[in-house]
Amino acid sequence: MAPLLAVRDLTMRFGGLTAVDALSFEAREGEITAVIGPNGAGKTTVFNCITGFYRPTSGSLALARGGGFALERMPGHLIARRARVARTFQNIRLFAGMTVLENLMVAQHNMLMPNVARGLLAVFGLGGHAKLERAAIEKARLWLDAIGLTARADDPAGALPYGAQRRLEIARAMCTDPVLLCLDEPAAGLNPRESDELSNLLRQIRSGMAGLPGCSILLIEHDMGVVMRISDHIVVLDHGRKISDGTPDQVSHDPKVIAAYLGEGDEDEIPAEAQA
Amino acid sequence: MAYALQQLINGVTLGMIYGLIAVGYTMVYGIIGMINFAHGDIFMVGAFLSLIALTGLAALGISSVPLALAITLVFAAGLAALYGWTVERVAYRPLRGSFRLAPLISAIGMSIVLQNFVQVSQGARVKPMAALIPGGMPLMRDGTFTVQLSWMQIAIVITTLVMLAAFTWLVTRTPLGRAMRACEQDLKMAGLLGIDTDRTISLTFVIGAALAAVAGLLFLLYYGVIDFFIGFVAGVKAFTAAVLGGIGSLPGAVLGGLAIGLIETFWSAYFSVQYKDVASFSILVLVLIFMPTGILGRADVEKV
Amino acid sequence: MKPLRDAGLSALVALGLFGVMIGLKTDAGPHSLVLRARPWAVAAAVAAVFFGRLAMLYWRQWRPAGTPSPRHVAATLSRIGRYAAPLLLAFAITLPLYAGRYWLDLGVLVLTYVMLGWGLNIVVGLAGLLDLGYVAFYAVGAYSYALLAQTFDLGFWTCLPLAGLLAALWGVMLGFPVLRLRGDYLAIVTLAFGEIIRIVLLNWVSLTGGPNGLSGIPRPTLFGLKFNGGGGPGSFADFFGLEPSISQRVVYLYFVILGLALLTNWVSLRLRRLPLGRAWEALREDEVACRSLGINVTVTKLTAFAIGAAFGGFAGAFFATRQAFISPESFTFIESAVVLAIVVLGGLGSQLGTALAALVMIGGAEVFRDLQEYRMLIFGLALVVVMVVRPRGLVSGRTPSVALGGRRHIGADMMSEGHG
Repeated sequence: MAPLLAVRDLTMRFGGLTAVDALSFEAREGEITAVIGPNGAGKTTVFNCITGFYRPTSGSLALARGGGFALERMPGHLIARRARVARTFQNIRLFAGMTVLENLMVAQHNMLMPNVARGLLAVFGLGGHAKLERAAIEKARLWLDAIGLTARADDPAGALPYGAQRRLEIARAMCTDPVLLCLDEPAAGLNPRESDELSNLLRQIRSGMAGLPGCSILLIEHDMGVVMRISDHIVVLDHGRKISDGTPDQVSHDPKVIAAYLGEGDEDEIPAEAQA
Repeated sequence: MAYALQQLINGVTLGMIYGLIAVGYTMVYGIIGMINFAHGDIFMVGAFLSLIALTGLAALGISSVPLALAITLVFAAGLAALYGWTVERVAYRPLRGSFRLAPLISAIGMSIVLQNFVQVSQGARVKPMAALIPGGMPLMRDGTFTVQLSWMQIAIVITTLVMLAAFTWLVTRTPLGRAMRACEQDLKMAGLLGIDTDRTISLTFVIGAALAAVAGLLFLLYYGVIDFFIGFVAGVKAFTAAVLGGIGSLPGAVLGGLAIGLIETFWSAYFSVQYKDVASFSILVLVLIFMPTGILGRADVEKV
Repeated sequence: MKPLRDAGLSALVALGLFGVMIGLKTDAGPHSLVLRARPWAVAAAVAAVFFGRLAMLYWRQWRPAGTPSPRHVAATLSRIGRYAAPLLLAFAITLPLYAGRYWLDLGVLVLTYVMLGWGLNIVVGLAGLLDLGYVAFYAVGAYSYALLAQTFDLGFWTCLPLAGLLAALWGVMLGFPVLRLRGDYLAIVTLAFGEIIRIVLLNWVSLTGGPNGLSGIPRPTLFGLKFNGGGGPGSFADFFGLEPSISQRVVYLYFVILGLALLTNWVSLRLRRLPLGRAWEALREDEVACRSLGINVTVTKLTAFAIGAAFGGFAGAFFATRQAFISPESFTFIESAVVLAIVVLGGLGSQLGTALAALVMIGGAEVFRDLQEYRMLIFGLALVVVMVVRPRGLVSGRTPSVALGGRRHIGADMMSEGHG
């Protein structure tokens, strides 16, 4: 499969701290790529660079869609709008005071209101807004069915149980019609049953479901059960560097990964680094 | 050259007064993250309390100026501290942890209350006062222009420095100061660790108000006239100073005060007196837009 | 005995606060200031605090046990709202039938603030952007109309859209640099902008007349018919064969501002259910999430600023034509504070709440007019008390803009108040 997102020599420094150090990896089209690593490995920083919340210190982020996009040079909202990279957040960021349905409608903002002039014309019922609105509600309804929240469409998002909020955030991101969906720890705080449901949902998103197009997924996750079950490809980070890259089977047998996770061999490595 | 030197002296004096007020803004903002809108009016109340005290002392026949000033300073700072405490207790504490706009509106309400309270109780007229510390020393002569360093200016600078030194000692060397710094870092955590956060916040308001009252006394001595409205503009400028210096930073507040005092004085001297407030306000806008962390402030990385 | 002790302590604090400030008044003497003692005034103030505090404490103790929860109150209010809004509208439309000149003038004043409140509500209530300099746009509208009308001899209805447009332009110009700022910083910068505009109006004498202001601003006409007290050819009274009367103009002005206010309301309500308004509310809830969904945060904020400013500009033009005279004195910070207070007191984002708050506050201030200088004192105290008692305002919460089933009211405790 062709690489959808190619990360090349990505480096991100905050003052004297190097959070991500010359990282390169690829996320292929139609696959679920997982980025794993211990806490503080720089995973979320990579996500923030990809989705435009941080500007990388150096390196390139090439998205192969249409004529190609250089994400490292694009403002955040255009990454979602033009390059079609959507994301969720580690600490859920729903519009808590708006209903579930409204959350999904806001996600379709650019489809509903291509520019300000059209948005203002709609005040007077011009510009064919009503038709667009109906289409947007239809799409929202499909996603509500997919995540099993149709019955709660008119409840405020903040009142949903935790697991449902996670699912809603994913559906909201999907309503922007992304080609790449970046999920930051979607299984965090879920119980085993909810984790299973999530795994199924993510597989469905990858392959596409009734009436809804498929989408490649980039995933940060600590729940190894979920990662091993659904990932096609895993990238392992530690201290901002890539230490392993491959299929779930390859990665889980990589001694360097085991060392990073279990803390083995630290005593051996530190002097080695000091000598270098 | 001589003219510029004179402006420098005047600017530093004015800047010291702004710096004293700015400390109150910066402390309160540091701890509870709100702009204490009524702080400028506490400064105004302090100036009025000083005026009443000085007038009263003169009527009682106390002719020693240093004694009268010392009594006034303690008196005005003490009573203004009570005002600061009351404002916090009545208008802010019940709203702590509530909806963010509510304390702001309540603070604006308090500002209106203080202004109109003073207007009602002391009258709307401008209050003049004869110079208490006249004279000074000529520093330099340039043709017909003499650079004057008045005793008053020296007194203002010395008082401010003493106040700030005492205050710095309080914040860095005492248990109260440690509690204040802990609350500034994390109010909730400080509370969990057994710090009486309500008391600490109250004391912050008390200290800020006392410093503002000293600034009020100095303002009264320097300009010789006050009215019930001086708090608004001085408050906005002092807040500008706090932001310019980096909000939350005490040396920053003083530095910012000096900068605002100098900018205002030089602007008035070389450009236009009418637009001097525009200069200060424009600085505020520019600083907030281009360096929102100020000169000595901490960078605030947006967490996503 | 505890309430007594508590009230005693309050009285002691009050004695400290009032003893000097009220007790010793500085008066101009022959040479310098002299002090005049007013012990009875202090005693009265301290007694008021003592008994006030006592009453408050007893009220808290004896308050009926089944106090309704805030959520319940909000739900009840929103239910009442469904009937209150049409009633209020009917009352507003029929007012000129039975009200005299005094009440109509007051009605015009209240409606001006209702309109300003609704305009600011777009910025603060929907988009969550804290604006303390709203009066700047009111001033831009007023001066735009006055200058356009006097320089180019244009009528009110020609200038009105221009005044709104100019105010919107200023909204964008002032909004653009401050978009990155959040919360209180935004508030203080907008306050500074408001003051800058006022100081410029005060000092640019050749254009604005400085402190003397502009006078002789033309009155509005109805399809070219003038409303002047003397009647004469081309006047409203002459055309319809009526007795010329100044009250015809008051009624006309009343309907003009009622129409403008209703226009503001209609546009706000309409926008709320459209993508733009939904994006504003989403922005108030979570700006970062908006960005991640491809919403251009800059443009969205600017539209809120511009549309809010435009309505401020309309209101300003109306103010100028109603007064026929404007000066910088009418555009002080206190005006911004009053309008913001109306919006917050009404309950952020609530149209009905804003209207009620304007009615209560502006009408209330009018009731206290005889108290003169005590009026603003009471106003300030009322602000503090209302905020402490109902921090979320009179009518809080929101109604969803779109629903599959029925629209159910969302409590304010769910909503975010915005960070910008």
